[in-house]
Amino acid sequence: MTSCTLTRNLAGKLVLTTETGEIHTGILPVRSFPIAAPNECISLTDSAGHELVWLETLNTIDTASRALIFEELASREFTPEVRAINKVSSFATPSTWQVVTDRGVTELLLKAEDHIRRLSDTALLITDGHGVSFLIRDLGQLDAQSRKLLDRFL
Amino acid sequence: MNTRTDSPIKTLIPDVWRAIVPSCLLDTEEVQCWLNINLDNQLNFSDQLLVLTGQRLLSYSVERVEAYAYQNTLSLTRHDHGGVGKIELFNGEVRLACWFYTLAHNIQATRFIKQFNLHCQSHITGVAVVQAPLELCPECMSPLPLEQGECPQCSSTLHAPPSTWTLLRLWIFAKPYQWQLLSGFLLMLASTAATLVPPYLTMPLMDRVLIPYQNGAPIDFVIVMWLLLGLLGSALAAWGLGWAKTYILALVSERIGADLRTITYDHLLRLSLEFFGGKRTGDLMSRIGSESDRICVFLSLHLLDFATDVLMILMTAAILFSINPWLALVTLVPLPFIAWMIHNVRDRLRTGFEKIDRVWSQVSNVLADTIPGIRVVKAFAQEGREAERFRVANAHNLQVNDRINKIWSLFTPSVSLLTEIGLLVVWAFGIWQVSNNEITVGVLTAFLAYISRFYARLDSMSRIVSVTQKAAAGAKRIFDILDHVSSVPEPTHPVHLARIEGQIELKNAGFRYGNRAVIKGLNLVIKPGEMIGLVGHSGSGKSTLVNLMCRFYDVSEGSINIDGVNIRALPVSEYRRHIGLVLQDPFLFFGSIAENIAYGKPDATHAQIVAAARAAHAHEFILRLPHGYDSLVGERGHGLSGGERQRISIARALLIDPRILILDEATASVDTETEKEIQKALDNLVQGRTTIAIAHRLSTLHKAHRLVVLDKGEIVEIGSHDELMQAQGAYYRLYQAQARNVDTDLDDAPVTQIDQKAGA
Repeated sequence: MTSCTLTRNLAGKLVLTTETGEIHTGILPVRSFPIAAPNECISLTDSAGHELVWLETLNTIDTASRALIFEELASREFTPEVRAINKVSSFATPSTWQVVTDRGVTELLLKAEDHIRRLSDTALLITDGHGVSFLIRDLGQLDAQSRKLLDRFL
Repeated sequence: MNTRTDSPIKTLIPDVWRAIVPSCLLDTEEVQCWLNINLDNQLNFSDQLLVLTGQRLLSYSVERVEAYAYQNTLSLTRHDHGGVGKIELFNGEVRLACWFYTLAHNIQATRFIKQFNLHCQSHITGVAVVQAPLELCPECMSPLPLEQGECPQCSSTLHAPPSTWTLLRLWIFAKPYQWQLLSGFLLMLASTAATLVPPYLTMPLMDRVLIPYQNGAPIDFVIVMWLLLGLLGSALAAWGLGWAKTYILALVSERIGADLRTITYDHLLRLSLEFFGGKRTGDLMSRIGSESDRICVFLSLHLLDFATDVLMILMTAAILFSINPWLALVTLVPLPFIAWMIHNVRDRLRTGFEKIDRVWSQVSNVLADTIPGIRVVKAFAQEGREAERFRVANAHNLQVNDRINKIWSLFTPSVSLLTEIGLLVVWAFGIWQVSNNEITVGVLTAFLAYISRFYARLDSMSRIVSVTQKAAAGAKRIFDILDHVSSVPEPTHPVHLARIEGQIELKNAGFRYGNRAVIKGLNLVIKPGEMIGLVGHSGSGKSTLVNLMCRFYDVSEGSINIDGVNIRALPVSEYRRHIGLVLQDPFLFFGSIAENIAYGKPDATHAQIVAAARAAHAHEFILRLPHGYDSLVGERGHGLSGGERQRISIARALLIDPRILILDEATASVDTETEKEIQKALDNLVQGRTTIAIAHRLSTLHKAHRLVVLDKGEIVEIGSHDELMQAQGAYYRLYQAQARNVDTDLDDAPVTQIDQKAGA
């Protein structure tokens, strides 16, 4: 059990108190394997990116701090999951797609076909022209129309 | 005191908000600036609007409107991470609010914060807002329109799918050949007309020779001879004209393709390093090589065939109507329908073939991945794994091919079926007309001969859609290069310096990469003949600074002067002739050693080359090679060691006798023994030249007159080794860290320190 704790200050920043009583503000939790193992191996770094605490599992930290870590991660992590593709502007890239995601309806800009990365047989990661990653967790879960549109790019 | 009317701003506010915004404003307030953000606090997509007025910052969301009046302690900041930007509003140390957006809105957000600071300041001090005259887009350096945040140039190139109209732009390349093109077109008309003569002659052959003979009349051999001569003549004419047409047009299109290639490559070489940094070599190679070839094939083959087919159909239709309008109508009516059916099947095939292309590139990617890394594969004994990877990619390829073959095998029989059905209609209607004595048997035969010709062409015509799209995509990729303006422009009124002394002055120089400031407000004067050592962690801006001095990039702020003249005023290639560059990984071109040494001065004499090699301590090892200075070296200088290649590149820099010398980690990739030899060569090179040296190993900079320590794009310390050691500042810490561990790189130094601090 690590005895370091996290709190949030008035400026909205995370404050870390380490075992030795040192205090660091502006802590950033970082997932080491955001795709392969999102809830293990989390590193707490300072604002310059130097690692302060390494958490192999989150069980070693108290519940309140754990909640803060997840809260902070949620506010920084942005990988909308595509549920359906409604329309694509063209089958040649760059192409603008109207998509439904778990975070609402939006459009994404596919600059080139190789911005679609195959994570596994069923999962795809699409990086749009502005740097946002869209995840398709399971190709089989998409409706026929979306699959047909997507198939033209694979 | 604001002279700008609010109407243009209000009209630009998105429709959804236009009604709501004014209702929350005070009478004296008007909208100064707005920002559309597209995420809520849980990072769900939802539209929100931030508005600046003369007095307040307002935020509008679907649920509520919040307002923050300007005060001294208010500040607005922006960060981004993983594609999400975050704007935070602070009152002193306390965070009041926080908004999120995707980076698509980043430029607008940056501008919004700038405007916030202006208006907030103006509200507090009471001084009217002074707008900066013109803002440049950080991505493409073109001026931004005032009220809008989005750069019209970036966004238009970003969002536009390749349009078929791009092909029309090829006309600039075709223009020099317009007369050949015109004659080619006339020949095409003539040859198409010639091919249409034979079916016409079948009419008299039937009606005046064969049918009368069946009915008991004797054959008129004179008419037969004339008709047969006509058939032969038209065939010969079609042959000759067709040959001339194809030859001329192929000649022209090949020339257009060649022009396209040379002009694109010429332009490409003149673009700044910034452009090359963002592109992959393979991609650029394919653009110039295969894309221009694809366009060439399109022009010479597909477009030509298509034009011939269209001409033929038009001419045939005219002939058919002139013979018998009713039968012509019945003949032509099913045509569009059949064309549409063929097009549909083709479309399916096309997507399939595109898929095969992509799968095929996956297969070759596996190869391209593995073969260069073969040493690693063998070292870790992973041959089996790599073979399996290839097998999987190949199996996928097979699977996709199987699927497409199912449709493909159906295609040709389907086209012939449709053709037969079309002929069937003509037969049926024709027989009916013959039975009513409206047409003769000869007319019907002629019709059948004509119609079977153009059904045969329908298949190739249907191909035009996909090849046009492909060629348009290719043309777009080529014009992408041609439209790119070098970010290091040639001066309009160049200043010529015949001989330079070598004084370099950086005046408040700044450089941004995208929206990240890499170099901030640097001031430095380097005296002629002085040697400067640049020191700092990687990422501290050393290499960027050197790139700026070589004018591979232009500074975003401030200026760099050489002998008191701004380097932007000098012609680029003339300026670079004064600079000798020795890089960490020297690049040798394919050719002899002598050619490589004389790369910057192709007319150098043998004596000059040998003198340069001698000074670079390369002469002796070159003589040991079997062909001496004429030995061939490969693209990366295979067969030569790192130190030998480095000494050749030093000789290369020595030969052009530059006043300014830049050594970018020249000894980083060789062992200590070789380093000493290179160091001797470098000492010769440095003599009397203004030198800027970057080195990881601080020991190699002992000769430098002054050391400049950089951190995060700023100068933190300047002075000689001894002065800086005495000052016990940043340089001292770096030096200590290296002294403790001789092989430590600069980058490792701070990490060890932090580890100790953390008590790890």
